[in-house]
Amino acid sequence: MTSTSTQSDRAALSDHDLALRSVAYRRSMLRWIKHAGAGHTGGGLSCIDILNVLYNRVLRVSPEAFGDPDRDRYIQSKGHAVEALYVVLADRGFFPEARLETLCGYDSPFVGHPTRAVPGIEHNTGALGHGLSIGVGTAIAGKKDRRDFRVYVLMGDGELAEGSNWEAAMSAAHYRLDNLVAIVDHNTLQITGRTRDVCCNEPLDEKFRAFNWDVRTVDGHDFAALTDALVSAGPTGRPRVVIADTVKGKGVSFMQDVAKWHHGVPSDGEYAQAVRELDALSEQLARGRGGAR
Amino acid sequence: MSAPAPSMYSPEATAMAEKLGLKMGRPNLEVFAETLLSLAKEDRQVLAVTSDSRGSGKLGPFGQALPEQIVELGIAEQNLVGVAAGLASAGKTVFAVSPACFLTARALEQIKNDVAYSDNPVNVIGISAGVSYGALGSTHHSLHDLAALRAINNIDVVVPADNFETREVVRQSAKRAAPTYVRFGKAPVYDLHPAGARFELGQSIRLREGTDVAFIATGEAVVHALLAAGVLAETGVTARVVSMHTVKPLDAQAVLAAGRECGAVITVEEHSVFGGLGEACAAVLMQAGASLPFQIVGIPDEHTVTGSQADIFRHYGISMDGLAARAAGLLRRGRPR
Repeated sequence: MTSTSTQSDRAALSDHDLALRSVAYRRSMLRWIKHAGAGHTGGGLSCIDILNVLYNRVLRVSPEAFGDPDRDRYIQSKGHAVEALYVVLADRGFFPEARLETLCGYDSPFVGHPTRAVPGIEHNTGALGHGLSIGVGTAIAGKKDRRDFRVYVLMGDGELAEGSNWEAAMSAAHYRLDNLVAIVDHNTLQITGRTRDVCCNEPLDEKFRAFNWDVRTVDGHDFAALTDALVSAGPTGRPRVVIADTVKGKGVSFMQDVAKWHHGVPSDGEYAQAVRELDALSEQLARGRGGAR
Repeated sequence: MSAPAPSMYSPEATAMAEKLGLKMGRPNLEVFAETLLSLAKEDRQVLAVTSDSRGSGKLGPFGQALPEQIVELGIAEQNLVGVAAGLASAGKTVFAVSPACFLTARALEQIKNDVAYSDNPVNVIGISAGVSYGALGSTHHSLHDLAALRAINNIDVVVPADNFETREVVRQSAKRAAPTYVRFGKAPVYDLHPAGARFELGQSIRLREGTDVAFIATGEAVVHALLAAGVLAETGVTARVVSMHTVKPLDAQAVLAAGRECGAVITVEEHSVFGGLGEACAAVLMQAGASLPFQIVGIPDEHTVTGSQADIFRHYGISMDGLAARAAGLLRRGRPR
């Protein structure tokens, strides 16, 4: 099967390879946001390492076999971080990256939140608190049909204020969906400020545990740790949540951990600085002198 | 102790039904549940998804016969619709069943995004719709649902009038795989169609010929229009009666024909007068340049009167006498020149 062979090819990618890709993804993402004049910058930068691991190591999906009923499903519930998803899908061959020239433009499929009009995207998302329910439904279907695909849902920590997520969390445990993995991009910031200050939903791990989930907390920029949390087997009959501790705006010094970069387009000067920083990181990595962190 | 619900039909209305040869059928809700069970027995991909609503949805027998084909989610309508969308995306034929009042208000965003916008072919089934739960109060009424869903792209809206229409819409919806909202009530309804009638989504059914006035009605209001037509006939007024079971996409040709061929048009629905069947028909007629006496009968913009479904229908003139009087009044006003 195409997706399986592609999977094994990608499994050969080292953490170092992934680190180089993440820098490239960040550069591309900023380029297209700058080009479009719009985008969710901070949350894209915080989850791009997660997307990198998912699409280059974990998900059994490929452009050639996207209609395969046995493919893994990825649902991006935090749909606003769509620019990150676009660049990763382009890199994985779902469409030529040049198509992002039309990002947010008239009659473009590349709108500011995921839609199925873009090759590789499973569901139209963007209103928060929807993805996990869709994931639960897909995972129940997988169980009923005895298919071995897994369903991955990426959510933001701010998004977890939506009550529908907890309805979904309850049902995932009730239906013993060990084929479902939720990932929380735990960057601790939302548009107004610190999530704990806006309306505290911590501690997330204890909440998911109380909902009978298998909880893993990892550094969301550590490729090895993410990989293990996303693929390792857990207790039978329990859905897993990976709480990925991340930094909003990761990779660009002046965007890191700053709420105002939730969405925002860098000025020419800011963009040039961001590119310089990412180029430097890339060179450093290429010389093999450091990791991604 | 609650008093027995007053009959939906006055003795005169019952007599008229008899005169018109109408036989009392069963609640559309029961016919829905029975039809779904038979479909699900034939095809294990057919699923009922419920939010603690298997009792109110008459799906107890379904759950007992096919426990693997019912997905229970508890009292959580948002999750109900989201999960239904996920199931549909994975190839299941999904009927998401919940009282219309909760389903189309609390879970409206899930219907809009996860079903309609995402093109997931969920059959969203609003049970005990309109004022079926009359005496339970406005929390349990759905008088907004047609308006809300008419304004959402890529979902059809169907309101069957009797057992035949209910059976057909369920069967056809199961086959055609498109986002669909179907709503109906739980009271027994008269059978309106002769044996061998044809039902096609989007194609209204003319139940009675007439040219003085046309009643264009939907759902459980249709029979009252038919009875009113019987009363009007006794005064020499011929009334056309159209069952507009599909509110979206609207059978515009039937509306235009009524506007062209009849002296007046009255729409009737168990819904707010805002945004439902009536305004849909008005838009068709106005935009075609039709000018004729026209009235929308439904629930007005006020705190709905309390009482049973029958009380509420009678109060707002969704009744044989109420509709006959409306038609007579409208015809006296005449067609403007």
